[in-house]
Amino acid sequence: MDDLAQTTRTKSRSITLRPSQGWIPLNLRDLWLYRELVYFLTWRDIKVRYKQAVLGVLWAILQPVFTMIVFSVILGYLLQVPTENDIPYPVFSFVGLLPWQLFANSLSKSGSSLVGSANLITKVYFPRLVIPISALGATMVDFMISFVVLIGLLVYYKLPITWNILWLPLFLLFAMVTALAVGLWLSALNVQYRDVQQMIGPIINLWMYASPVVYSATIIPSESWQLVYALNPMAGVIKGFRWALLGTQPPDLSLAVSVGVVLVLLVSGLYFFKRMERIFADIV
Amino acid sequence: MSDVAIQVRNLGKKYRIGALMKRNDTLRDQIVDWSNHLIHRFQRKPSAAQDESILWALKDISFDVKKGQVLGVIGKNGAGKSTLLKVLSRITEPSAGEVQINGRVGSLLEVGTGFHPELTGRENIYLNGAILGMARTEINRKFDAIVEFSEVGRFIDTPVKRFSSGMYLRLAFAVAAFMEPEILVVDEVLAVGDAEFQQKCLGKMSEVAQEGRTILFVSHNMSAILRLTQEAIVLNKGQLQLRAPTPEAVDLYLSGGHTKAGEHIWQTEEIPTDSAPFLPEAMRLIDIHGNIVDTIRSTEPAFLEVEYTLRAPITGLRIGIYLYTARGEAVLTSFDTDEVELFDKHTRRKAGRYISRCTIPEDILNQGRYTVSFNASSYNVRRYFRDEQVLDFTVDATGAPGMQWSEPRPGVIRPRLEWDIRER
Repeated sequence: MDDLAQTTRTKSRSITLRPSQGWIPLNLRDLWLYRELVYFLTWRDIKVRYKQAVLGVLWAILQPVFTMIVFSVILGYLLQVPTENDIPYPVFSFVGLLPWQLFANSLSKSGSSLVGSANLITKVYFPRLVIPISALGATMVDFMISFVVLIGLLVYYKLPITWNILWLPLFLLFAMVTALAVGLWLSALNVQYRDVQQMIGPIINLWMYASPVVYSATIIPSESWQLVYALNPMAGVIKGFRWALLGTQPPDLSLAVSVGVVLVLLVSGLYFFKRMERIFADIV
Repeated sequence: MSDVAIQVRNLGKKYRIGALMKRNDTLRDQIVDWSNHLIHRFQRKPSAAQDESILWALKDISFDVKKGQVLGVIGKNGAGKSTLLKVLSRITEPSAGEVQINGRVGSLLEVGTGFHPELTGRENIYLNGAILGMARTEINRKFDAIVEFSEVGRFIDTPVKRFSSGMYLRLAFAVAAFMEPEILVVDEVLAVGDAEFQQKCLGKMSEVAQEGRTILFVSHNMSAILRLTQEAIVLNKGQLQLRAPTPEAVDLYLSGGHTKAGEHIWQTEEIPTDSAPFLPEAMRLIDIHGNIVDTIRSTEPAFLEVEYTLRAPITGLRIGIYLYTARGEAVLTSFDTDEVELFDKHTRRKAGRYISRCTIPEDILNQGRYTVSFNASSYNVRRYFRDEQVLDFTVDATGAPGMQWSEPRPGVIRPRLEWDIRER
């Protein structure tokens, strides 16, 4: 009995439940209290995915590698799409593919995460933000695995690894936050409008062409168009990745635009999510 | 801090049901709808009003639960019990009114929430524990106790998909049993599993109740409610009908309106039109003295009769009773034309009023509460009328062999067996 208050993460306190109106406070403190649940749900996804360890790892490697091969043959060799600094097309596109696939997979997982966790949402209380956040975890592991392949490619093509690589974690974080921001919007919308899930695939396809995955961002004609181009946050992410790993075009003002867009998406996404949260259990 | 754990004031919860049919659940439809509205606004044509009916699953509910109290929540299906628990568990939001909760709430609305079939028992304990709100250190500490309670033993490291359903339930319940919230909200989890499992759950629940936690317990199992709670609230169609000491509340719930002790007279609204030409009138329990009673002695026979009217002749009609314990276990099923001679004699019943009466032998039923369901049908042809939980009665075993030791005996039947003792 004496450890009633201590066994638990949430200390004994009073809560008043009332119908809520308008914009709801984000209550990130509650989210922090449930951080262990984020860990466990992520751990669950990873464990289930890699239950068959060999297949899991194989898939994480094969997906980007095969894509890179197809791109390299069609776009790099046959169409002669230019890269930067004469970097060989395979490694150039691979560096773009990695953050892209992280983003695309995270987006598609978090988009359907709420509906997929309907059994939890209708039976247990926890801040629902936990769900799209933990949907990102497993894709990180995939990324790490294919990153090893990337390092291998860099070595194979004898490309130098510079100190710029230290900036990589920041760009990685940038990619995750972008995925989260868009994921919040999509998952919340998906609970009410179930066809949003089907739209995610086509949207991601189009988005890829709007991002410098298979080409270099230097093809964008003028400075001002570069800024418009940077409204796509993944442009900032991928340009950053390329700079950190390959020493291509360094970040400039356009990065600030990308970051700005993501922050707006994130904050608006959080508020929208919170607002929709109160009816999740009723309509999921 | 006051000694009130939960304070509910004018709580209401509404759902929009009409709109659920018409509600746009695809973005495409929603966009079409919006553009239609826009077009109609320009054309100044009134757009069809959205047909929305509102269902108040909970209406104006107010009650308090003191700290350490164990409160039962009973009511028919659809009365709002689960909705109430969902609001208290913060899963869904109130539409009106206010709830004040003083203390950490742990809710057990389902056993095994979040269990993943690919993960092992051990992994699922951690996962489920985390979902239920336990910290990892807490789970570590209780891990061995959980495994022991679940009796899963060496299977703990096998994927749960290989478990039998019994093992699965035991494990799931074991994790939940070690939740230690200040306020525990439990919904019907005893409805699953075999009798042994249910006994185990009940046992654990009473342990928890005695530890001084505040508990809100929803169940259809009247004997569990009677055993675990002192006070109960009865919900009916979303409203709080009564708050009373448990036996009184259970009586109100079981009587369901039109039954006075021992007799149920069917009202017109209970009888669907398609049961014609069969018209049920009443069901009664009668003791050997001819009185209509709701308690019978197990040492005496009793009579269960059904009175009904046939507006037109019916061929092959069978009047059937289904006897269940209050716990929901089936005791017996019997039809008035089970005996071949009776069936032959009454294959065709002409129009008129009838009574089918059966004798419940003495020394057969165990002490406890029972409920009778009813069915009038023509085998494989047509069902005329059915009703569940028509009548409830109690069997009092006073005077039966063995009653000199007052202990409840498990078992649905309590026959008088002939024992023979001799020296070897």
